[in-house]
Amino acid sequence: MQKSSDIRTGVRAGLPLALPTLVGGVTFGVLAQPVMGSVAPVVMSLIVFSGAAQFAALTVLAAGGGPIAAIAAGMMMNGRWLPMGLAVGPFLTGGPRARALQSLALVDASFALSSRGDGTYDRGILIGATLPQAVAWVSGTALGVVAGPVLGDPMALGLDAMFPAFFAVLLAAEARGRLPRNAAIGGALIALALTPFAPPGVPVLAAVAAALIGLSRPVPRAQPVTA
Amino acid sequence: MTAVWITIAALAVGTFATKAAGTLVLGTREPNERALSVTALVAPALLAALVVYETLSDHGEGITLDARSAGLAAAVLAIAARIPMLGVMLIAAGVTAGVRAFS
Repeated sequence: MQKSSDIRTGVRAGLPLALPTLVGGVTFGVLAQPVMGSVAPVVMSLIVFSGAAQFAALTVLAAGGGPIAAIAAGMMMNGRWLPMGLAVGPFLTGGPRARALQSLALVDASFALSSRGDGTYDRGILIGATLPQAVAWVSGTALGVVAGPVLGDPMALGLDAMFPAFFAVLLAAEARGRLPRNAAIGGALIALALTPFAPPGVPVLAAVAAALIGLSRPVPRAQPVTA
Repeated sequence: MTAVWITIAALAVGTFATKAAGTLVLGTREPNERALSVTALVAPALLAALVVYETLSDHGEGITLDARSAGLAAAVLAIAARIPMLGVMLIAAGVTAGVRAFS
């Protein structure tokens, strides 16, 4: 198995995400404070640490929904951790408890950065790249809760557009070669088809199924399967 | 307030369980060739879906074409021009902010 990178290398890889993640945290803090009070949003960012799940649950609570509906909305966003966890799992180290702890580092950007493109994943990059995002997410939430009324509209600076741009940069590097390009096109089409009506979380989870076209690659001693 | 804390506790446990479940299922055995040819494609499929979803999703309710699309278009041009990552991200933010300011 290829050697894992140093965690410091991962931290450097994750640094460009610190600013947009901070702004994401501020946005969450500003929106959550009137609904949840001042302490709960920060605790949530610290122990849930999943932006998509937190925004989904907040949307339900802000609309007057109960905890069951809010939990369900949040868990819909979590579905994609299952296939992503399956992909990175074999490259984490230690016993089950240690690997479960390392799985906390699983977030979209770090997952993509840690992908080597040959099906293997770099543990040092995964964990290292998550650290600056975790610090930025939690401190951003605290900043949003405290300074929300003074900050004005965080969307005015367009910083929310930095996430799709970041993912597009990684995609341009990942989607080289016929199969990766087709998987990307498949994932984009599935997301595009489902976004208009599927519940939040479902389009991105379903899009991961496009990776199954990998089964069409002929492998010695195995029946070729067409996707 | 109780509803808020129940939501936070359940999502903390649920998120951790979902992340851990996937990583623990297969153990630490080196995946075989067929599994690797699928996991190699998870990142491109996921990234493409995130680009589409985070640009076009109307905050989880339907689909919309707004300032973010202009930002992404600028980002694609910047990527084609081989501008480094942080530059691409700042260009996307600047164009999105510009469109928002004038619309």
